[in-house]
Amino acid sequence: MPVKPAPFEYLRAASVDEAVAALASCGADGREAKILAGGQSLVPLLALRMARPDVLVDINRVADLSDLALVNGVLHVGALTRHSALATQTDHPLLAEAARWIGHPAIRSRGTAAGSLAHADPSAELSVVAVACGATVSVVGPGGVRSAPAADLFTGPLMSTLAEDELITSVSFPVPARWGFAEFARRHGDFALVTAVVADGAIALGGVSAVPMRSAAGERLLAGGGSVGEVTAAVCAELDPTGDLHASAPYRRALAVELLGRALRQAGVPC
Amino acid sequence: MKVELTVNGEPVRLDVEPRRTLADALREDLSLTGTHLGCEHGVCGACTVLVDDEPARACLMFAVQADGASVTTVEGIESPDGQLHPLQEAFVAHHGLQCGFCTPGMLISALHLLRTHPEPSRETIRAEMSGNICRCTGYAGIVDAIQAAARPCPGESGLPAH
Repeated sequence: MPVKPAPFEYLRAASVDEAVAALASCGADGREAKILAGGQSLVPLLALRMARPDVLVDINRVADLSDLALVNGVLHVGALTRHSALATQTDHPLLAEAARWIGHPAIRSRGTAAGSLAHADPSAELSVVAVACGATVSVVGPGGVRSAPAADLFTGPLMSTLAEDELITSVSFPVPARWGFAEFARRHGDFALVTAVVADGAIALGGVSAVPMRSAAGERLLAGGGSVGEVTAAVCAELDPTGDLHASAPYRRALAVELLGRALRQAGVPC
Repeated sequence: MKVELTVNGEPVRLDVEPRRTLADALREDLSLTGTHLGCEHGVCGACTVLVDDEPARACLMFAVQADGASVTTVEGIESPDGQLHPLQEAFVAHHGLQCGFCTPGMLISALHLLRTHPEPSRETIRAEMSGNICRCTGYAGIVDAIQAAARPCPGESGLPAH
């Protein structure tokens, strides 16, 4: 099994405009280009040759993409913000808690907020938190800037609605007044088997479907003052997890019920 | 591509293919073979180095990305006169290694751990070191070593008094 990336052309973008222009020019030439941010998901795929882009556009030197700003109860997170910075900020406690569960110190010091969302791994902590919080992403492409709900990014495992010539520049996470976060992985820092997030009235689960899942029935009960038992029962009825090498479907279902119960209790929902 | 960086305090110049990982550049171009490569896709932690004082998997970074950066490898942690770093002494004293393959990554991760958590609990050590895999020691010796190095206490820690 080769564990060295195939050859690629390397472009170091000095600005967002330069990165977008590089993506557009590659698209026009029929060459596949990928954004290189933290590289913690992309480089393993390159090493295993599951991805073989012609060009990597490195955005790590682009200024102003690592800013964090709290404005009117919304934390605006620059695309290049590292997980380690998310874990230590205090403006968005749910985001800080979630970031501490991402990988290991050497992963968190490189991996980025927007990179995690763009990679669209359904078991990624930030995707589930973004969906639960109702986060929005700012996306820039040749046609300009657009804003979209983070939930609309995800179409399936590692598949997103981002076009080949688009780049996420920031993610805006509303700060919930009450929240809960619970995750289970076999070893601290491993990919989560199941993640449960409660943010105000929203319930989102990761690891039980191809994209982070919101539970309409659970949220209705939560809004109506339902107990932890009632809400988890309603969510459980909506679950249809798929079993895989890491966890069977019944096990994922059981984990989801347990973890959602913990997240709801942490959010102050009565038992 | 031409790259200039600092490795263990020494300025170095490289001319590398973009796909050259930082780990391969250190090992093959600079002959710093202390940085080990286990899985080469970011799972085992053996290649962990410090890049501008932050831990990084050297197999998940390209050498061209380290242009202008300061990199510390296991070769750079002993004192200039060749005296082992207290962490290295503690790993020796507490059986923190057996075959030694994971040790460079363990030492670099532990160095960052002790800089950011000067007096870590065993639980903190286990959590912070969870990204480094060892197939020999069962980890207890590694945790012992890091704890001992955090509280150098001659006579108890096994650290030689120097």
